[in-house]
Order: sequence, then structure tokens, then C-alpha cells
Amino acid sequence: MSDRQTAAAVRELARTPLYDLHRALGARMVVFAGYAMPVQFPSGIISEHLHTRARVGLFDVSHMGQAILAGSQATYRLETLVPGEIAALAPGQMRYTQLLDADGHILDDLMVTRLDDEAGRERLFLVANAATKRADFAHIAAELPDCALTVLDDRALLALQGPKAAEVLRRHVSSAVAKSVSAMPFMSAKSDERDDVFFIISRSGYTGEDGFEISIPAAAASGFAQELLDEADVRPTGLGARDSLRLEAGLCLNGHDIDRTTGPVEAGLLWSISKRRREAGGFFGYEHVKRAIDHVPSRLRTGFLLEGKAPARQGSEIVTLAGQTIGRITSGGFAPSLGRPVAMGYVDTAHAAPGTQVCLIVRGKPLAAKIVPMPFVPHRYFRGD
Amino acid sequence: MTTRYTQSHEYVRVEDGIGVVGVTDYAQSQLGDVVFVELPPIGQSLSKGAEAATVESVKAASEVNAPVSGTVVDVNSALADSPGLVNEDPSGKGWFLKIKLADAAEIDSLMDEDAYREFLKAVS
Repeated sequence: MSDRQTAAAVRELARTPLYDLHRALGARMVVFAGYAMPVQFPSGIISEHLHTRARVGLFDVSHMGQAILAGSQATYRLETLVPGEIAALAPGQMRYTQLLDADGHILDDLMVTRLDDEAGRERLFLVANAATKRADFAHIAAELPDCALTVLDDRALLALQGPKAAEVLRRHVSSAVAKSVSAMPFMSAKSDERDDVFFIISRSGYTGEDGFEISIPAAAASGFAQELLDEADVRPTGLGARDSLRLEAGLCLNGHDIDRTTGPVEAGLLWSISKRRREAGGFFGYEHVKRAIDHVPSRLRTGFLLEGKAPARQGSEIVTLAGQTIGRITSGGFAPSLGRPVAMGYVDTAHAAPGTQVCLIVRGKPLAAKIVPMPFVPHRYFRGD
Repeated sequence: MTTRYTQSHEYVRVEDGIGVVGVTDYAQSQLGDVVFVELPPIGQSLSKGAEAATVESVKAASEVNAPVSGTVVDVNSALADSPGLVNEDPSGKGWFLKIKLADAAEIDSLMDEDAYREFLKAVS
């Protein structure tokens, strides 16, 4: 362990508005995308993970990039950079999509929420990954000079995730929104104002559970987080559990499961590209994406259930029982809800059928595993009553 | 009985030429929840500083190095079903392996408890 370097590096890092609160709660801080972030609190990753599945976990995701893209045709204009259906979004609806390069590879994945129009301009609220946010926003600003991109550096982002999230959040929003927060369907958003604080609340997340992401001014974030933590059902939850939760939910981590060498079709993200966009195109890398749709891609992102207790992590080779290399693991680890290790990675399409027995090479030794469909733990999103 | 510590946070507790090896309480707190431990085969000879075991936490895999040279004479088979013992009782039930020391003088190069405590103050 290189404690000394880590301790020194943490002191020079960017901090989120919740930094002092994390320290006060006893978090273990690590370096993530240039930020000092809590990897876990004293109760530990497994306990935080299971608590989020059973009740509610509160995550600080303020390191992620937030921006507003505004323009008379902002929805159509953003569609030139992403394959997702943006033009059909009504105010209050959101989509998961990817920024693609000219080769149809993934620069980043992001959430796009349509806000209410303002002064005749369409407005989109974008949430991008921490490590890529600067490059993403530079790319969007350069490609869409006719739109105004405002980066919201002065806002924090909290994720409140778990089956009791709606019940908790209802008590902490304005009385006007309190009535409707429980009825919000997954992938919808609302603006709210309480005590002169402007919130953007979306029913979304990265855990597979019901939950919300809450954008809030930096100055109000710590107080609001403390309010939520005062609820008996809510526990602070770190990046460690965030990763194990998203892995169980089969969700991609940019820079690992998707990156500038992978396309959305082989990554299993075709569901995020509407029929209209598959046929009409009009986005960077369309011809590559179209080819992957029309001809099955040569490899596919698949899930792996390991038979033993040793986890396989990013970089492990995937081999057939006959010893032929057919791919590589991109994410893997212990799945607390299943009590066993799981992994995801890309395998040659000929070997990607669920049920296929393979070996994952860890420290030179083959570990028995089976290809399985994802998610590993069923999603429990709230789709409406 | 003598207990000594390494800068990579292993301990070795020596009695009658046999050293019980594990990780310190500080190490387990840094690792977080341990979910798997890979132990060496009995009979394997290890030189001081060589990788003796691998400990997998939820987050990552870490190496446990041999604090002293010698031959592995026993491993803690309870860790196969209960890897969490490393977190709960690192200096007791969460031990990793026993080494028959090749050179009893090697432990003199390691830190005693007071020195390790000072070392921890410096790194944390």
C-alpha cells in the first residue's frame, strides 16, 4: 500500500462541496478523476451496498459535470453528437445517451434532461462523467457554436438511491413538489425551489434501484445532505458501493466497459437508440453504428457469473474451455447482493451465448465462469403506478 | 513470543522458530471488506518480501508479502469460507499463514510495536 503518496495526493485534489461533511462522517478518501472522494464510510462497502438495496443510500456525485445547453433548436442540434432520441423529449423527460466520435466510438455517456424552454430557447440539462467532463463540454461547445453551453461549476449533485428514496425525499422538497415526487416515473425530472434554493430533481440513478439525482447549488449542498442523513433510513454511501451496485445492475462504467474503442451496439446499448435515429442517422459515427446494427458486431459485452469465490477484474483474459482467447474482462468484482463474484467484458460474438462455460484468467490461473444475461440483480425502477 | 511489523503492514509473530503471518489492523481498515484470500501451498518456500498471498477486497486485489524468508508450514483454511475474519480479527483468527523461519536473525530488521506505531503516525 502506498499510503504516503495517497495522503499527499488527496490534499492537492479538487474537493466537492461535501468534502468537510465526508471527513466528519469518517469517510476514507481516495483519488477519483482529480477529486478527493469518499470510497467508503466506516460501515464499509458491503454494508453500504446492502443498505442501499434495502433502504436508502446517499451518494455525493458532485464531481460529475453539469451543464445547460440552450438554443432555439438545442434538441435537434445535440442530436448531431449523440445517437439518442433527444428531439422527442418533452420538458421534464430525460434520456441516457452517448457522445460519439466520427468512428462511432464512445467519448462518454451522459444523461440529457429537457428543461422548460426559456425566452424561446430550448434548454437541455446535461450530466457527464467526471474524468471526461472538460473534454465533453469543449467538444459540445465547439460543435454547436449556435447554442450556448453553460457549465454549472457552482452546483453539487447528490444521488439518493434505494426503495425508500421517494418516501424520504418527499419530506425535503417544497410542498408543491412533495405531492408529486412519489408519482414521478423513472427518467423524468422536475425543477423545484425551496427556501430560495433552486433544485433539479430527476428520478434516475446508477444503482438499479429506484432513486433520485438532485442538482443543488454548492452553497446549500452540505446542509441539504445533512438533512437527508438525519433520516433514519438514509446512510452515507461511497464510490466503492456505487461501483458494486452499478456492476450488479449491469451498467457501463465509462473508461472501463465503454471507451473510445467501443461502439454503442457491441456495448449492448442499442436500446438507447430510437428507431427514427437508427434509420435517419444524422450523428457522428452513424455509418459505423448503422453497420453494427445491420451486421451483428464481431464482439458483444456480456455478463459472467464466476463459480468460485475469487473475483476476476478488469484486464482478465476470457478463454474457452479449449484454451482459445475470446475476449477480456472490463469490470469485475464481488457482488454483495449475490454473495459471489461477477464480471462483464467483451467476447467474440460466436461465443457470447448465455450459458456458455468459459475460463477467466486471474494471476495465471483459470477461474470457471458462465456467460449470463445482465443485469445480475433485477432493476427496480419506478415506472409509474 | 516476538511480534514484528513491515512497512507494507504485515505482521509476523514468532514462537519456536515458526512465524504466524497476517496483516495489521491498519491494513485491514485500508483494505475494506475482504471477500477472498488466496493462500500459498504448504511447502512453498518464500524469500523475504516475496508475494505470499493475495487478498481481495470488494474494491481491489492486494499482495501480502512474506515478512521473513522460510517455508510455508500451515495456512488458515478458515479464510476460505470466512474471509471476513481478516477484518474482524486480523491479529487473531484472521491470520494467513505460518512460516518456518530460514533465518531467525531476519526479524531484527523489522519494526517492533512501538516503531510500527510511530510509522503509522507518519503515513496516516
